[in-house]
Amino acid sequence: MNYLNSPFFHTYVLPVLYGAIIVAVLPLLAGYIVLVERKVMADMQARLGPMRVGPHGLLQPIADALKLLIKEDIIPEKADRFLFWMAPVLSVGMALLAYAAIPFGPVFQVADLNVGLLFILAISSLGIYGIVLGGWASNSHYSLLGALRSAAQLVSYETAAGLGIVSALVWAGSLSMKAIVQAQYDRGIWFIAYVPVGFFIYLVGSIAETNRAPFDLPEAESELVAGYMTEYSGFRWALYFLGEYANMVVVAAVATTLFLGGWLRPFVRYHDHFPGTSIELLDILPTLLFLGAAAYCLRLTPRQPVKIQKMVMAAVAGLCVILAGVMLAALFAPPGVMAGIHGAFWFLAKVGAYIYAFLWFRFTFPRYRFDQLMRLGWRFLIPLALINVIGAATAIVLSEQWGLHPLPAALITSAATLGVAVWLASDGAKAPTTTAETAGGGD
Amino acid sequence: MLNAALFYFFAALAVVSAIAMVTRRNIVHAAVFLITALLATAGIFLQLQAQFLFVVQIILYVGGIMVLFIFVIMLVNLDVSLHLVQFNRQRFVAGVLAVILGVQVLGAFWVGRGSLKLGAARAMEPKNTEAVGQALFQQYMLPFEIASILLLVAMIGAVVMAKRRV
Repeated sequence: MNYLNSPFFHTYVLPVLYGAIIVAVLPLLAGYIVLVERKVMADMQARLGPMRVGPHGLLQPIADALKLLIKEDIIPEKADRFLFWMAPVLSVGMALLAYAAIPFGPVFQVADLNVGLLFILAISSLGIYGIVLGGWASNSHYSLLGALRSAAQLVSYETAAGLGIVSALVWAGSLSMKAIVQAQYDRGIWFIAYVPVGFFIYLVGSIAETNRAPFDLPEAESELVAGYMTEYSGFRWALYFLGEYANMVVVAAVATTLFLGGWLRPFVRYHDHFPGTSIELLDILPTLLFLGAAAYCLRLTPRQPVKIQKMVMAAVAGLCVILAGVMLAALFAPPGVMAGIHGAFWFLAKVGAYIYAFLWFRFTFPRYRFDQLMRLGWRFLIPLALINVIGAATAIVLSEQWGLHPLPAALITSAATLGVAVWLASDGAKAPTTTAETAGGGD
Repeated sequence: MLNAALFYFFAALAVVSAIAMVTRRNIVHAAVFLITALLATAGIFLQLQAQFLFVVQIILYVGGIMVLFIFVIMLVNLDVSLHLVQFNRQRFVAGVLAVILGVQVLGAFWVGRGSLKLGAARAMEPKNTEAVGQALFQQYMLPFEIASILLLVAMIGAVVMAKRRV
C-alpha cells in the first residue's frame, strides 16, 4: 500500500498506465463510433443498418478491422514513398498525443499541463500534415485537391474556433484543463450558460476541423472520389480513419471540458444527502440511468424475432445492470475512487452527446459548396467570434467591477452578440452568390 | 543530466534538419525538414521550462505558417523546380563571405565565452503564461501595439494588392 502512495508511482507509473489504456482502448472505441454512426444513419433513414455480423451488427467493427488488416497494401508507383508511409502515421500519432492532456475525470488524466488546452490545440493542428502530406505524396490530382481544400479549410476555421475558446477562457482564467473544470465548479455553472455564442462557434469550427459533413469537402466523394485518401488502401487507410475518429473525440473532449463542465455532474452545487448517510442525492443518477437502459432492453427482448437475438438483448440488459452495480458500489468506495468513476461516467456521457450531435448534423445538412464554406468562415464566424470575445470581456467587467451577478451580465452581452449575428447573417445573405469568386485553389 | 541530454538531442535535431532543409532538391521535403527544425526549437523551449513559448511556437509556426507555406508550394509546378539549377557557382565570392561570417561568429563566441557554460535549468515557474501576458500588456505595451499595427498595415496592403488584379 505504501508503494501506491509514493511519488514515483504517481509521476511515472500511473501516467504510463493511463496512456497505455488510452492507446489500447481508442481503436476499439473508434470502431464502435463507426458502428453507432451507421446505426444512427440507418435509423434516420428508416433502415436497419448493419445486422448480419453478430446480433444487431454488434461485431461489425471487429470484422471491418480484420478485413482492413488483411487487404492488399498498394503504394502508387510514382508516389513519394517516405511521405506516403509517414502521413497516416502522423495523422494517428498526433491525434493520440493530444489525449495526454485530456482529463477523463478528476483522476484519469495522463498529465495536467499548465498550458494543457493550448497543448491540445497545438498537437491537433499538427494532424493537418498527415492529410496535406498524404495528399501530396499520393501523386494524384484528386488527392492533391483534397489536401489543398483541407489546408484552406483548417486555417480558416481554426481561427474562429480558437476565438470561440477564448471567450470561455476569460471566464475560466486558466489554461490547465483541471483548473478550467474547477472554475466551473466554483461558479456552480457550466460555461455554456455564460458564452452560448462561443459554444456555437466552437461547435461549427470543430466540425470543420475534423472534416465532418457538412464541411467534408476534403473527402467529398461526389467530386473527389475520396479526397486525400483516394490512393490509400488497407491498413494505411484504416490509420487515416482511426485518426479522424480519434480527432472527433479530442474536439468533443475539449468542448466538454470548456463549455459543458467536464466531469462535473449536473447541479454540482446541490449537496443534499440521503438521510443518515454521506451519499449525495444526485450521485444516484448514473445508477438510475443504467437501470433504465436495462429495463428498456428487457422490454425489447420478447420482441426479437430470433432466439439468439433474444439472448443477446438480455445479455446487453445484464451488462447495463452490472454497470449500474458498479456505479452504485462506487458510492460506498473511498471519495477518490468514487469521484474517479463517476467523473469518468459524466465526462464520457457528455463526449458521447457531443459526438451524437456530429452524427446528427451529418445526416441533416447537405454539403456546402467551397465558396459557401469560405464565406461562412470568414464573413460570418470570424467577425462573430471577435465580437463574442469583446462581449465576454464586457460581461467580466460588468460582473467583477460593477457588481452585477455574472449570469445576467453574460446573458445581456450574449443577447447583444446574437443581435450582431443576425445583422451579419442578413448582410451575408445580400452578398452575391456566384461560384466565380471561389476562394483558394480547391476548384 | 537528463536536461543536458534533452538539450543536445533537440539541438542536434534542429541543426541537422536545418542543413537538410537547405540541401534537399525536392521543395516539399525541404518544407518537411523546416517543420522538423521548428519543432526541435520548440523542444528546446520546453527543456528551458518555457511551456507557453513551446506551445505558441508549435501553434503559430508549425500549425499556421508552415501549413500556408506547404499550401503555396503545392500550387507551384513542382516538376519545373526539380530540374532547375538551384545553386549559383560563384566559389570565390562565396568563400570570402563564408570566411568573413566565420570570423564574425568566432568573434562573437570569444566575446561571450563567459556565458557559454550550461547553467542549471531555472526552477519551474508555474505562472509562465501569466508572466508573458503581463510583460506584453504592461511593460512592453507600446512595442506590442506598434507591432500589431504593422501587421494590420501589411494585411490591408496584401488585400489591396490582391484585390486590384480581380
